[in-house]
Amino acid sequence: MLSYQFDWSVVTTGKYFEWLVSGLGLTLQLSAAGIVLSFLLGLLIAVLRMSHFSPLRWFAHVYLEFFRNTPLLVQIFFWYFGSYKLLPMAVNEWLNSTNFEFAAALIALTIYTSAFIAEDIRSGVLSIPKEQMEAARSAGFSYIRSMQYIILPQAVRITVPPLINQFLNLAKNSSLAMTIGVMELTYQARQVESYTFKGFEAFTAATLVYLVLSVVITALMDQYNNRVLNPQRG
Amino acid sequence: MIKFNAVHKWFKSLHVLNDINLSVQQGEVVVVCGPSGSGKSTLIRTINQLEPIDKGSLIVDGMDLCDKKTDINRLRAEVGFVFQQFNLYPHLSVLNNITLAPTKIRKTPRKDAEEQAMALLERVGLANKRDSYPSQLSGGQQQRVAIARALAMKPKIMLFDEPTSALDPEMIGEVLAVMQDLARSGMTMVCVTHEMGFAREVADRVVFMDHGVILEEAEPEEFFRNPQHDRAKQFLKQLLSPMH
Ligand SMILES: Nc1ncnc2c1ncn2[C@@H]1O[C@H](COP(=O)(O)OP(=O)(O)O)[C@@H](O)[C@H]1O
Ligand SMILES: [Mg+2]
Repeated sequence: MLSYQFDWSVVTTGKYFEWLVSGLGLTLQLSAAGIVLSFLLGLLIAVLRMSHFSPLRWFAHVYLEFFRNTPLLVQIFFWYFGSYKLLPMAVNEWLNSTNFEFAAALIALTIYTSAFIAEDIRSGVLSIPKEQMEAARSAGFSYIRSMQYIILPQAVRITVPPLINQFLNLAKNSSLAMTIGVMELTYQARQVESYTFKGFEAFTAATLVYLVLSVVITALMDQYNNRVLNPQRG
Repeated sequence: MIKFNAVHKWFKSLHVLNDINLSVQQGEVVVVCGPSGSGKSTLIRTINQLEPIDKGSLIVDGMDLCDKKTDINRLRAEVGFVFQQFNLYPHLSVLNNITLAPTKIRKTPRKDAEEQAMALLERVGLANKRDSYPSQLSGGQQQRVAIARALAMKPKIMLFDEPTSALDPEMIGEVLAVMQDLARSGMTMVCVTHEMGFAREVADRVVFMDHGVILEEAEPEEFFRNPQHDRAKQFLKQLLSPMH
C-alpha cells in the first residue's frame, strides 16, 4: 500500500478517460430510460392494484410480491439468459442484431423498480382524502378519469420524496448491468483497472460520478416539484 | 325532475332512509332540514348516486337510477353537487378547477371553457382570483368557486349539502347571496341547510327529516309559523334559540 503510486492522470486524460466517459454515457442512458419507463409502468401497476376488478388487482399483487422479493441480479440474469427460451425465433434474431445486453438490463431495472414505485404511488393515493374522489365522480368523471385528472396528480406530488429514492436506487443499480456485459460506468472502471492496475483511481472516479449523478437527479426532481407540481408555493 | 318513490336505504342495520316519497319539479327550490344524523346528506347524495338506494325507485331527469343501463356518469354531469367542505381540487388553479370537467367531459374547446369560467367567476364575484389556488382562498371564496365549478357543466339540477356549515359566520352571507341569485334564475335546487332566512326567501318547500323519515313537507311560511310535528317544533326552537 505504501509503495502504491497515485496517478490520477490515468482517469483524467487519454484513452482510459474516454472509456470512463463512454461508460458514463451508457449509465446515463440506462438510468434516464429506466426512470421514465419504471415510472410509467409503476403508475400502471398502481392503478391495476387499486382496480375494482379483482383479476387485475390480483395480477398486480402477484407482480409486486414477485419482483420486489427476488434479487435484482437474478432478474437481470433471467432476462438476459432466460428470456431467450421463451421468445420466438424471429424476435431473438432481431434482439441479437440490436444491443441485447442493454435491452435486458433496461427491462430488468424497469420492472424491478416499477414494483417499488407502484407501492409508493399507491400509498400516495391512499393518503388523498376520499372526498376528492367524490368530487370528481359527482362531476361525471369515470373512476379511471378521476384517477387520471384528480387523484394521481395529487398522489404523485406527495410521492415525490420516495420517488427520488427509487430513481436514485435505479441509477445506482444500473451498475449491475456490467455483469451481463453492458459497458456502463462500472464496467469501464473495471476495464481501466485491469489494463492499468490503477484500481483506486478508477473506482474513485466512478464513485464520484455516481455521487454527482445522484445529486443531479435529486436537484432536478426538487426543481420539478417546486416549479411544476407546486406552483402555488413557488 | 326528481322523484323518490318509497325509497329505503340501510347502512348495515341502520335504516337511514325510511320510505322516502318526494317530488321536485323543474325550477323548484326545496330545502331539507332536520337534526344531525337524520339522513339529510344520505338523501341528497342518492340523487346523483354517491349513495345507491336499496329499495324503491328514484327517477332523476328522466333517468331511472335503479336501471343497470342508466349511464350514471352522464346523469352526474347533469347534476351539480356542492359539498360542505368545498372539495376543490387543490392542485389546480381556480380557473382550471372550473374548466376541468367541461373540457374533459363535455369536450368544450379550451378557449370557450375559459370564457364561460370567467363569466361564472364574475357572477360569484371572484374574477380576480382566476389564477389563485384553493389553499389561498377563504372558506367563503372556496365555496363560491365550488358553486361556479358545478355550474360550469350547465347542470339541470343543483344539490347543496350544508354549503355554509363549515364557514365562519361572516362568510355565510356571500355564499347564500350566490345561492339566492341562482334560485331566482330558475335553477332546480335541493339544499340541505339550516339557514332559515334562505329557506324563507327562496324555497318553494321545506322538508323536515328525522331518523330517516320525512316528517313534514310544507311551504316555508307554513312550516315556520305552524310546524305540525313535535320533533319539528323542538328543532325550530333549538335553531332559533340564542344558544345556537
Ligand atoms: N357511509 C356510511 N356508513 C355507515 N353509516 C353512515 C354512513 N354515512 C352516514 N351514516 C350514518 O347514517 C346516519 C345519517 O347520516 P347523514 O345522512 O350524514 O345525516 P345528516 O346529514 O342528516 O347529519 C348517521 O347516523 C350516520 O352516522
Ligand atoms: Mg349531513
